[in-house]
Amino acid sequence: MSGPGKRQGCALVTGGSRGIGAAIAVALAAEGWPVAINYRSDAEAAERTAQRIAADGGRAMSLQADVTDPSQVEDAFQRLEAEIGPALVLVNNAGIRSDDLALTLGEQEWGRVLDTNLTAAFRTTKRALRAMIRARFGRVINVASVVGPRANAGQSNYAAAKAGLIGMTKTVAVEVARRGVTVNAIAPGLIATDMTADLDGTLLSAVPARRAGTPEEVAACARFLASEQAGYVTGSTLFVDGGLGA
Amino acid sequence: MSAAVTEEQVEQVVVESLESFGAEKDAITRDATLESLDIDSLDLAELSQIVEERFGIELKGSDVAEVKTVGDAVSLIVERTS
Repeated sequence: MSGPGKRQGCALVTGGSRGIGAAIAVALAAEGWPVAINYRSDAEAAERTAQRIAADGGRAMSLQADVTDPSQVEDAFQRLEAEIGPALVLVNNAGIRSDDLALTLGEQEWGRVLDTNLTAAFRTTKRALRAMIRARFGRVINVASVVGPRANAGQSNYAAAKAGLIGMTKTVAVEVARRGVTVNAIAPGLIATDMTADLDGTLLSAVPARRAGTPEEVAACARFLASEQAGYVTGSTLFVDGGLGA
Repeated sequence: MSAAVTEEQVEQVVVESLESFGAEKDAITRDATLESLDIDSLDLAELSQIVEERFGIELKGSDVAEVKTVGDAVSLIVERTS
């Protein structure tokens, strides 16, 4: 498709050390983007992903920051701008789960999931837009979920955050559209990663495709949304779910 | 840094910015309203960013909301840098 071309910038993937985030980092690096792999705690996994990219001839740096901490986010942006340029592609992928029925879900677990999955995405988006609107080019890709648009018992916090992320995607998209900046969401369904390893098989039986998706299948969509060719796609949500949300 | 900023420098930055947002060069006068130049809230947000980078001052949305003309924008920035 198309990478940065002559643009001096990079791609930043939050929660990029493992799973869907790592696959997206690899896919964007293959497009020619220097990639910053943000991680909170798993430095080893982030480094492994960076090394894999380097082995394929790409450029990557691992970037530690807890996205729920505003000062760490600002510091991370300054580090990546100094090392590999401003983030012209931002993939808000960092996410956590903390499942319980609403009847027994603690406020702390509600807040923690909202902070990481929604508020942090606003924080990084706001920061990244500064360079994007000046560059008259930018791609924000929010990794939402089929949960949010669709119900999933035990995930009221996660569903609220992901539905909120889709709402934010649409509104920010219209705010910045005429600066050449697109903002889209990807809504993965059941994807085989560490995060979903503990789920029982009942969800799988609800998937029309009768299989879990792969991180690479999600990454292929991110790769498209980040491309030059996707310049007229904005405010949309691309479901990658084997038909689960259809 | 802010002590050395002149009104002419501010005006130049404002005019260049407005031009880059698509305003007609000939229409950019001190009395021209931002509305008549088709300058909207996104443009003003970007102008605030440019001003912050160039002059080291932060303009908040509530400050900028009071700005109606090009002259208002110049005056606000000059006032904040002095």
